[in-house]
Amino acid sequence: MHELSIAQSILDIVRESIPETCSAEVQSIKVRLGALSGVVPESLDFCFTAITGDTSLRQAKLNIERVETQLHCAKCGETSKIKGPFFLCPECGSHDIKLISGTELQVVEIEMAENGSETQ
Amino acid sequence: MNIITIERKVLEKNDEIAQLNRSALKQHGVFSINLVSSPGSGKTSILEQTLGILRGRLRIGVIEGDVQTDFDAQRVARYQVPVIQIVTNGGCHLEARLVQDAMAQMDLHQLDLLVIENVGNLVCPANYDLGEALKVVVVSTTEGDDKPLKYPGMFRHASILIINKIDLLPYVNCNLEALKQNALNINPSLRVFETSCTTGAGILEWCHWLKEQSASS
Repeated sequence: MHELSIAQSILDIVRESIPETCSAEVQSIKVRLGALSGVVPESLDFCFTAITGDTSLRQAKLNIERVETQLHCAKCGETSKIKGPFFLCPECGSHDIKLISGTELQVVEIEMAENGSETQ
Repeated sequence: MNIITIERKVLEKNDEIAQLNRSALKQHGVFSINLVSSPGSGKTSILEQTLGILRGRLRIGVIEGDVQTDFDAQRVARYQVPVIQIVTNGGCHLEARLVQDAMAQMDLHQLDLLVIENVGNLVCPANYDLGEALKVVVVSTTEGDDKPLKYPGMFRHASILIINKIDLLPYVNCNLEALKQNALNINPSLRVFETSCTTGAGILEWCHWLKEQSASS
């Protein structure tokens, strides 16, 4: 259940990223989540809703982009998607592999409504 | 719609503090391990055995992480080593800031090795870098040989695997070779130790390795 602290970290990043002078409402927050990130998307969504419920971000929705695990094999040169736990090339069985994607845990962008005003 | 592009790692704050911890440890020549496992695998027992053997040869400090109670810190304190207990009050893992606060209460000049015993949990602690030199994952034979396949993240992040409670192999449904192979299929570079805190099997070998690593850091 570390999704709660992950949700809190996302909230902190969002707050830091919105200019103080901007009063527009946050519509959605795009989060990139790799299959190996160890974060359960449904649980993260639930936790985020729970901690933003009483704040100015209560309208904000999490838009979770899931990323599959991809390996590149140095032996046969193939790039493959894997679903299971084994970190070996599904084509040739080699362990000489490099992880290309799957560990992502990032805040990508924030979508703001047009209705706000920005003053200097 | 206005889009603000961010592209920031969610755990960047934790990772930054972990790097500060790592630098402080390196600067003081302190080798450090983050001991992780599911609850009841024997992390604290292995630590007690380790302290019994290496105390006096290495200056060891311990940070204990638990959801509740300071029982583990009490067990470790019997070996007259500096120990700080972190009680997470429900938190399922240690974070770099908690370790930073604990490290601030220790005299790093007086240490060769820092052992951080994480909260018993094979999922969440894998995500949080604490600043340790390496992660040591403990799995016990009573948990079954499929454990690495069920929790691959932790085995992928670890450098060392300790298979504990090998004295119970005749009584439990666990194939030692299958357990090892499952772990190595996830992470072929894992170094494996097989131990029993009841018979003492494998403990000397583990302590020898730990002493060598501490001496060379």
